[in-house]
Amino acid sequence: MSQLLEAAGVSLVPRLAPLDLTCLSSEMIALVGANGSGKTSLLRALARVPGSGGTVLIDGEDIDRAPEARRRSLLSLLPATRDVAWPIRVCDIIALGLAGRDHGRVEQRIDMFELGALRDREIGSLSTGERSRALLARAMIAEPRLLLLDEPLANLDPYWTLRTLEQLRLSAQAGATVMIALHDLAQIDAFDRLILLRNGQMAGDGPPDRMRPQFGSLFGVEPTDSGWRIARA
Amino acid sequence: MRLVLVLMVAILALIHLLTPTSLRALDPQLQTLLLIELRLPRTLLVIGYGATLGLTGAALQALFANPLASPDVTGSSSGAALGAVVGGYWLGLTEPLALAACGATGALAALAVLLAIAGWRAETSNLLLGGIGVSLACGAATSLVLALAPSPFAFYDAFDWLMGSFTDRSLGQASAALIPALVAGLLLARQSRVLDLLALGEDVAASLGHSPERIGRIVVGLSAIAVGACVSVCGAVGFVGLIAPYFGRRLTKGHPGQAMVPAALIGALLLLLADLATRAIDRPIPIGVITALVGTPLFLWLITHRRRGLGL
Repeated sequence: MSQLLEAAGVSLVPRLAPLDLTCLSSEMIALVGANGSGKTSLLRALARVPGSGGTVLIDGEDIDRAPEARRRSLLSLLPATRDVAWPIRVCDIIALGLAGRDHGRVEQRIDMFELGALRDREIGSLSTGERSRALLARAMIAEPRLLLLDEPLANLDPYWTLRTLEQLRLSAQAGATVMIALHDLAQIDAFDRLILLRNGQMAGDGPPDRMRPQFGSLFGVEPTDSGWRIARA
Repeated sequence: MRLVLVLMVAILALIHLLTPTSLRALDPQLQTLLLIELRLPRTLLVIGYGATLGLTGAALQALFANPLASPDVTGSSSGAALGAVVGGYWLGLTEPLALAACGATGALAALAVLLAIAGWRAETSNLLLGGIGVSLACGAATSLVLALAPSPFAFYDAFDWLMGSFTDRSLGQASAALIPALVAGLLLARQSRVLDLLALGEDVAASLGHSPERIGRIVVGLSAIAVGACVSVCGAVGFVGLIAPYFGRRLTKGHPGQAMVPAALIGALLLLLADLATRAIDRPIPIGVITALVGTPLFLWLITHRRRGLGL
């Protein structure tokens, strides 16, 4: 695995203090932390939303200098909101992930996310979980080097949680770096690396097994035989 | 579908230009002169203004991610009217192009105030309340300027123009309105793909290198120029900029950016129909009255449609 992402001093005032980060290709990374800890801010800062500081290099290329067509092949962001203001059809939403028209690739994604029956429905008429799938298909269609996905597993049923993890693993195997914000601690073992965040700062970075003991101080929960329980002092 | 729209606009434009047929009785040379000096500016202005309203309405709606944004609802038409009134009655400007610049400045100021109040990606309530506030303030300021104007006939003189009128406009006035509107409109139409991307949210647009604030400045600036120039010559015409984009998006399967060009064609079509209606009535009726009479029920229908969550 080679180095894919090199971020220096990325920040987003006022939620994320400057931090350095390097990620390898084919790495599946979950950002873990309490509400407001800075997971979304880190994803947004890496996606270079207005106000984000520092530099982000993908395969050595400064993302801030890349034009749209190049950025599409370098990174993609799935924002936290699943709302689309306009009555656009599912297949057209997915197509917005590409610079030009490519019917074949859109159909391929529709098959991958089993959206065939919903392809001509307006996105606003779908359930939140179905919208998540359509928007995730949009975010993944250009097969960029870095996938920045804000809670892609939220609102998904058990089948789609596992199917989505499977899709993300396939992208990683193809060489991409996958970084997602994650709340469901039951899924952490599907990831190679966890980045723990607290108050807009990095609080830990390593494989799930090594990070697990820190969840007590991070979330106020502790592991039990069957899952997690609230840690009482 | 676009071709059908273009054809319909062309046919209506010809009808608009050549009717009533009273000119036929005249000497051919005089006929041509009247056609070019009197009829042509009116037809061009109706088409151009209608297209401007449809296009800028669609652009503003895409920007604000809100189907109730439009030049009139955002207060930019009233701002443009105020700007042109200040230029014409206070500063004593008569040059059409100078008045168009005043109109554009007024529209820009109104949009800037609205943005300061409601913000980008405005919630419907903030957008509408902010727009009502800006419109009321501009309306009151326009009346004040006219009341304090040196000319005692300013009010009477301006009434016909403020409510929207295409009567007796010269070719010079038509070009002062239409050349800025055309240039701004073409530049706006180039933003269609970026405005479609904005449908996925500002963050997605930003991640692809399109600064949302820059898009906002471009759309607001160009819309103000186009609307300001038209309002300074033809007055404020309501509702077309609100309704045309809705039908435009119907033709582009909901894509807000791509809807700009169809919305422009539909806007031209609607205003041609409205102006033909004003001419069919024997008394001089401001065109703004006709568009408001037809537009208000449509607007109310849109709001109830939206309330029932049917999507726009």
